[in-house]
Amino acid sequence: MSVSKEDVEYIAKLSRLSFNEEEKESLINDLNNILNYMKQLNELNTDAVDIVVNPYYMENKFREDQVVESMELEKVLENAPEKLGEYVVVPKIMEE
Amino acid sequence: MELYRLKAHEIKKLIEDKEVKAEEVTTAFLNRIDKVDEKIGAYLYVAREEALKSAKEVDEKIAMGEDLGQLAGIPIAVKDNISVRGMQNTCASKMLEGYVSPYDAFVTEKLKKNNAIILGKTNMDEFAMGSSNENSAFKIVRNPWDLTKVPGGSSGGSAASVAACEAALSLGTETGGSVRQPASFCGIVGLKPTYGRISRNGVVAFASTLDQVGTFGRDVKDCALLTGTIAGIDKGDFTTVDEVVPDYTKFLTKDVKGTRIGVPTEFLQGLDNKIRAKIEEAIEVLKENGAIVEEISLPLAKYSLADYYIIACAEASSNLARFDGIRYGHRAKDFKDSVDIYFKSRTEGFGEEVKRRIMLGTYVLSAGYYDAYYKRALKVRKLIKEEFDKVFKNYHVIITPTSPTTAFKIGEKTKDVLSMYLSDIYTVPANVAGIPSISVPCGMVDGMPVGMQIMGNYFQEGKLFNLAYSYEQSTNYHKEMPRL
Amino acid sequence: MEFEAVIGLEVHVELATNTKIYCGCTTEFGGKPNTHVCPICMGLPGSLPQLNKKVVEYAMKAGIALNCSINKINRMDRKNYFYPDCPKNYQITQDEIPLCYHGYIDIELDNGDKKRIELDRIHIEEDAGKLIHTDAGTLVDYNRAGVPLAEIVSKPDLRSPREAVLYLEKLKSILQAIGVSDCKMEQGSLRCDANISVREKGTEKLGVRTEIKNMNSFKALEKALNYEFERQTNAIEKGEKLEVETRRWNETKGITEVMRSKENANDYRYFPEGDLVTINIDDSWIEKVKSEIPELPHEKVERFLEQYEIPKYDVDVIVLSMNMGDFFEEAAKESGDAKAASNWIMGDISRLINEDFLQTTDLKFNPKQLGELIKLINAKTISKAIGKTVLEEMYKTGKNPKEIVEEKGLVQNSDQGAILEIVKQVLKDNPKSIEDYKKGKTKVTGFLVGQVMKASRGKANPEMVNKLVKEEIKK
Repeated sequence: MSVSKEDVEYIAKLSRLSFNEEEKESLINDLNNILNYMKQLNELNTDAVDIVVNPYYMENKFREDQVVESMELEKVLENAPEKLGEYVVVPKIMEE
Repeated sequence: MELYRLKAHEIKKLIEDKEVKAEEVTTAFLNRIDKVDEKIGAYLYVAREEALKSAKEVDEKIAMGEDLGQLAGIPIAVKDNISVRGMQNTCASKMLEGYVSPYDAFVTEKLKKNNAIILGKTNMDEFAMGSSNENSAFKIVRNPWDLTKVPGGSSGGSAASVAACEAALSLGTETGGSVRQPASFCGIVGLKPTYGRISRNGVVAFASTLDQVGTFGRDVKDCALLTGTIAGIDKGDFTTVDEVVPDYTKFLTKDVKGTRIGVPTEFLQGLDNKIRAKIEEAIEVLKENGAIVEEISLPLAKYSLADYYIIACAEASSNLARFDGIRYGHRAKDFKDSVDIYFKSRTEGFGEEVKRRIMLGTYVLSAGYYDAYYKRALKVRKLIKEEFDKVFKNYHVIITPTSPTTAFKIGEKTKDVLSMYLSDIYTVPANVAGIPSISVPCGMVDGMPVGMQIMGNYFQEGKLFNLAYSYEQSTNYHKEMPRL
Repeated sequence: MEFEAVIGLEVHVELATNTKIYCGCTTEFGGKPNTHVCPICMGLPGSLPQLNKKVVEYAMKAGIALNCSINKINRMDRKNYFYPDCPKNYQITQDEIPLCYHGYIDIELDNGDKKRIELDRIHIEEDAGKLIHTDAGTLVDYNRAGVPLAEIVSKPDLRSPREAVLYLEKLKSILQAIGVSDCKMEQGSLRCDANISVREKGTEKLGVRTEIKNMNSFKALEKALNYEFERQTNAIEKGEKLEVETRRWNETKGITEVMRSKENANDYRYFPEGDLVTINIDDSWIEKVKSEIPELPHEKVERFLEQYEIPKYDVDVIVLSMNMGDFFEEAAKESGDAKAASNWIMGDISRLINEDFLQTTDLKFNPKQLGELIKLINAKTISKAIGKTVLEEMYKTGKNPKEIVEEKGLVQNSDQGAILEIVKQVLKDNPKSIEDYKKGKTKVTGFLVGQVMKASRGKANPEMVNKLVKEEIKK
């Protein structure tokens, strides 16, 4: 299982990142090195082991269904690169 | 007397005794920043006006005899990935250049409630990814002990600011050693608390199940003071635990009689002899103070680094997806269409290391690789956790070096990704298991500080402070300061 | 060759909570754009989700009402994809362990047969923001981002577009009855995607499946599925190769169009949400939620059929279409005359509501008052005809029937002597009718009875009038 150029291109697309040819080459190299290092985990038998998500087990934390005041519109849009009236704007999307 | 050279608890006393004013203290630190930060590069934003304004308010409150909280008038630096309302929160990334946080992180609220003076936002590795602070998109941070060396990372700015007396205290964040390793490199005390001890609310996420806010101080007492102030349950962070925060100052005694210390042999094998000698010396000191020391084995610890990088990168690939140039942050100029905004903005906005980790994380979560990498990593996490659980049945703490080396030269490891990652080999096990761990200075090797790491069981921060304090007060290393 | 469709539905319903699933912003529909937004639902750096307990309870409630089992230990997961309406570029949903699994809904086919449609799962997740496509660009409103959804996934048990509609109608009526969603398709609080493939009848192997999106009404669902069934059938008959793809229903053109091909299918990289913790549901919580579920519409229909002697058609209309089951039952109880209660609801009440485009909940009078009206008629205090007048007055004012009857002096006249006087007078005034009667045109009695009623201003006891007219005309 080594990382190919196609893998890098596929992963880049999923990540919404672009790379030139040189960068792709160095990524192939880096990812293979790192993944190769990670393969040491295969030395351990994990067949009967459950997963752990949060390192300290916690359960049943909930919020009550009570309305909290929202942000002011001005604050919502303050950091937006492009806005129109009350909206955040992106170039027109051909409807999916 | 130069106020900036004082420890936070010393300043606290002077202010409480009305011997100095908060404004004088703040001014002293701001002047210090003016004088040395050009060399160090610890700050990305100095909140001069805000700091002076709050210092004046604190002085007024003191004059009125109001209740002041734990940190009244004490200047503190905050890592630039922790939200402070009205201040930038760039994570040292071009992606968030110009972004102003509209809200306070939970820990920021706590600082404000306790009347601490926020001096500014500190430099870091971009999105907390790195171990040398060379990954900041804006500028590098230099080690106050040797300006040709790195301060460690990712909380390099926070560590350096305290070591260089540009702040009395500072907040950093940890995902895999980002507080302890720079504390060790800069010769100060740094704590990573138990996962769930301090709220992550308002802290820009790198890896949700590993991240914790960490505390820096020039001595153990300072670190304990800051930790006690910001720890505790937050109803806004569901991963914080409803566990009473003890008064950590009660643990600050030299007495460690009967404390059982395990020293894992695996962590000392192949270690640089000079560093090993420092750790062994330190352990001797604790023995003299009454602790019982035994060799132990943590055979699974060596898998922590691989395990850590899979989990951390996977979570990061998702946590960093929100940076897309749509609602906030960097938006590329010459995009073709809406999809192109994502590609161009992210490609321009993120630095090389961040992109590498996003790629790695996306890969281990992608169809066909999830089970082999990510799911396996979560299972190994359980095994590592269980190994620690077992050790803590017989030992109160585990002691190791914080880092296999002292601070390395700037540029030394930037070419070799894996060797940089290996810099975290001793610190990541605590993050994987979620246990607390502290780094305390234990001497110098070739003019650079060495850190001793003490790990404890869940919510045993008090025990860590106890041991760290006992050691610190038996030696003079905490009194040394870099000459700038 | 005869073909059949294999259809499964994925239904999204917005849960009727006050606040969003992960933050305290209101879920109110129709606010000013981007005013029901906070750092959490906007996905600002550093914000963390806070799961709304009510969302878990509502989805459990739906699950129990739909005969599901509950996964006692479950959790939230992330689904990763980039889109401008998705603030974090991941959706917090449930993947590996949904809240509810393996339920079913029994539907009644048009021929009266019952059919069980199995449910695969129900899970909770957040809604996305709304995109408005204009010439100035696509505008994004995040008010809807974070509104709680339950996704209800059926097994591919539906065999025709009609069955799909019946299934969705039944599902909607149950969800509305338990109050977890208002299920307004036109406001988007109920949305439906369909998976459909076609195969030769009698064979087991599944055909090539397409997913259909953007069906915004029951009509659209049926039309889109009919279109797709035709399209796939034609392709198979012509020997064309079908593709696994996502298609959207184009309402204007009346066709389905390709949206996404398989090659562009997303790799969602689901993984556990580390910002939230395990959900651990114990039996007492399940019991508590169960106890809050009212009698479901179809259960009510079955009980009414057993308990009251009224036709199935009437029960269906009263309970399912008019949602007046409880109203009927109380009126029946008050009056002791279920048949009459049913007739009034099916007749005059239904007519009045329809004329004024009202909801049953808008009625000014209550079922008890209807019961009293029925009692007045059955006690012959007023005639049925007068009853209609009284009902109209009740409908307008909400007054008690007794009060109306007294105020307007509408009490029925059963004084035989007095009625006889009127009958005699009417016969005297209509000699031609008597002649016609004698020639065998017995129907004229109806006209004469009407005249008597008119002369008594409706108050005469109609049975008595009938009897007296028939007696007198023979004399």
